[in-house]
Amino acid sequence: MKFVDEFRSAEVAKKLTAEIEALVEPGRHYKFMEVCGGHTHTIYKHGIEDVLPPEIELVHGPGCPVCVIPMGRQDDAIAIAEQPNVIFTTFGDMMRVPASHGSLLDAKARGADVRMVYSPLDALRIARENPDREVVFFAIGFETTAPSTALTLLRAEAEGIENFSVFANHVTIIPAIRAILDSPDLRLDGFIGPGHVSTVIGTRPYNWIARDYRHPVVVSGFEPLDILQGVYLIMRQLREGKAEVENQYTRVVTEAGNPLALQAIAKTMELRTTFEWRGLGFISQSALKLRPEYAAWDAEVRHEIPSVRVADPKACQCGEVLKGVIKPWECKVFGTACTPDRPIGTCMVSSEGACAAYYNYGRLSRRRDREAVS
Amino acid sequence: MSRTEDEVLDVIEKRRRRPHFKVMDEHITLAHGAGGRSSHVLIETLFGRAFDNPLLAPMADAATVDVKGGRLAFSTDSFVVRPLVFPGGDIGELAVNGTVNDLAMAGARPLALSAAFVLEEGFPVKDLARIAESMAAAAAAAGVPIATGDTKVVERGNADGLYICTSGVGLVRDDANLAAERMQPGDKVLVSGTMGDHGMAIMIARGDLELEVDLRSDTAPLNELVEQLLDAGGDAIRCLRDPTRGGLATVLNELAMTAEVGVVIDEEAVPLRPETNGACEILGIDPLHVANEGKLVAVVAPEAAEELLAVLRAHPLGLESAIVGGVNAEPPGMVLLDTAFGGSRVVDMLAGDPLPRIC
Repeated sequence: MKFVDEFRSAEVAKKLTAEIEALVEPGRHYKFMEVCGGHTHTIYKHGIEDVLPPEIELVHGPGCPVCVIPMGRQDDAIAIAEQPNVIFTTFGDMMRVPASHGSLLDAKARGADVRMVYSPLDALRIARENPDREVVFFAIGFETTAPSTALTLLRAEAEGIENFSVFANHVTIIPAIRAILDSPDLRLDGFIGPGHVSTVIGTRPYNWIARDYRHPVVVSGFEPLDILQGVYLIMRQLREGKAEVENQYTRVVTEAGNPLALQAIAKTMELRTTFEWRGLGFISQSALKLRPEYAAWDAEVRHEIPSVRVADPKACQCGEVLKGVIKPWECKVFGTACTPDRPIGTCMVSSEGACAAYYNYGRLSRRRDREAVS
Repeated sequence: MSRTEDEVLDVIEKRRRRPHFKVMDEHITLAHGAGGRSSHVLIETLFGRAFDNPLLAPMADAATVDVKGGRLAFSTDSFVVRPLVFPGGDIGELAVNGTVNDLAMAGARPLALSAAFVLEEGFPVKDLARIAESMAAAAAAAGVPIATGDTKVVERGNADGLYICTSGVGLVRDDANLAAERMQPGDKVLVSGTMGDHGMAIMIARGDLELEVDLRSDTAPLNELVEQLLDAGGDAIRCLRDPTRGGLATVLNELAMTAEVGVVIDEEAVPLRPETNGACEILGIDPLHVANEGKLVAVVAPEAAEELLAVLRAHPLGLESAIVGGVNAEPPGMVLLDTAFGGSRVVDMLAGDPLPRIC
């Protein structure tokens, strides 16, 4: 597969690693947060920690859309799905997220009509094909997926499709990064900035991180070499005493982002005053809801939902994992009570969740592995 | 009281390999049929316990029964694939090849098959005739008769067109000595071609993804290939598996756990069709978790590996065979992958259910 292989070359990686090593200041330990769950997944899937110098530690951030949805919202989703005549459509990962009484997959097994889709447009198609049913799309994700929800709403409006609505759970990345920077538990040296989100919002919204907090931010792509180069650019800034927003992912990200996508979001959605994030609590102006003009397609208006706030399971430390305060394996239930088959927390469900990525790919003892080789 | 990472990993490993005691789910979900860990737990705890007997205990693709003058292999498989016809094959061909391959993996020459049909009221007879013809052709290609069968019809809405169940008996070759327990550190792992083509072809054929990729199912009978492999390798072949649901990753995990050995695969050595790899990349699915219906995995003694690779490659169904990895003493029960990028990672069984009803 040519289009990705060139970003996975072990040879280039070796060169980059050597350059990164040369930038390490003796005795210094570096902590960089990769904000995006897609980065976390790549890091474990390709074993990037194995090629980085031991002084550099990658801390996993909050940018996993499935992970940040609190249990109360998942309960609401299931409540909608179990209403008569509803076809509830969702991305695959959300089907397995545990709520107060099982997951959407369990609701489906009990008889709810829950269908997996790959795009909100698929949900709209289902609505078109089933005019006598109520089709609801479970919209999740950061600014990455919000435009496709927005465009779907615009199309539903244009076509006059009345049996379709969106249960909006779109969140925004900047307030989450601010919450992490203001949390006293974590000392960071720099950020690997989110790639997909930045294709939409551009690199400008991160300027305050460099300016006010003096942390380098390097927006990076999702291939292993992208991430390695991101680390290199952060190291170079630190070595030169700089704190700037840099763009490694120039093949798709621009400074201003994608104005058409932003317009579509602005036309159909607006900021909520506040929204609850799993583990991070309520963060003001951190999520999107449908504008009143689109109330006809708003599942929260059209359907009765319980909207009860539910505390996360006590044992679950997804919040600390999402903030990067603890590593997945430091959670008390990690890998024992909480596994990808029987997840307790969201971080174990999504392939972008730090716990799932570590469990599925990273769960190998470097010590034992080295012994076996020698 | 805080534990080190290695201590935590040890606890997880013990937990992971501990036998399961019961199915924790209240209802059957599609994950129980996906061939990954959920299927494993269901079969092991519910059926394994209910039917408990020494013939079932090895939990292999086919059971072997000692009879006067030899060993019989016996296997069964049901097919619920959607769509019924897909690029590279149809449900009928799949049903014949699936059972032929299960017998072949036990080192058996297939003697006879049975076919049972559950038909939905309203199913077009001409479609059924076409499927029957393709079953006949597949059986002829594998050199095995469909000797008995059964037909049931259910009301409209109670089956998705048709389901087929095939069973088969075969005679195990005297020189076949195939068992996961025979795997040893140093052994090599071979695959007979590109991985994940069947599962991805079905996903694409379903049309839900709006992806246009030219991919065909690899469904094929492997009995002749196995025959030639056993002729050449005999005792040097430790075990054979066909990596169907759950893919290569699941099969290797099962082998590693049964044999108490570690398996390491080299990412760059695993044959992948660019179309399969590309579709997997877009969908976020690991091709190592995707089903094959015409490929085998062979674990062989190191000194025989190159010769057996040549045997596989000489057969039309094994042209793209490769040595993809090897067996280590450590870490027992685990499958690791050396990434093309120069790192390493764990390869686990499939959790959850990205690919329902592919066979």
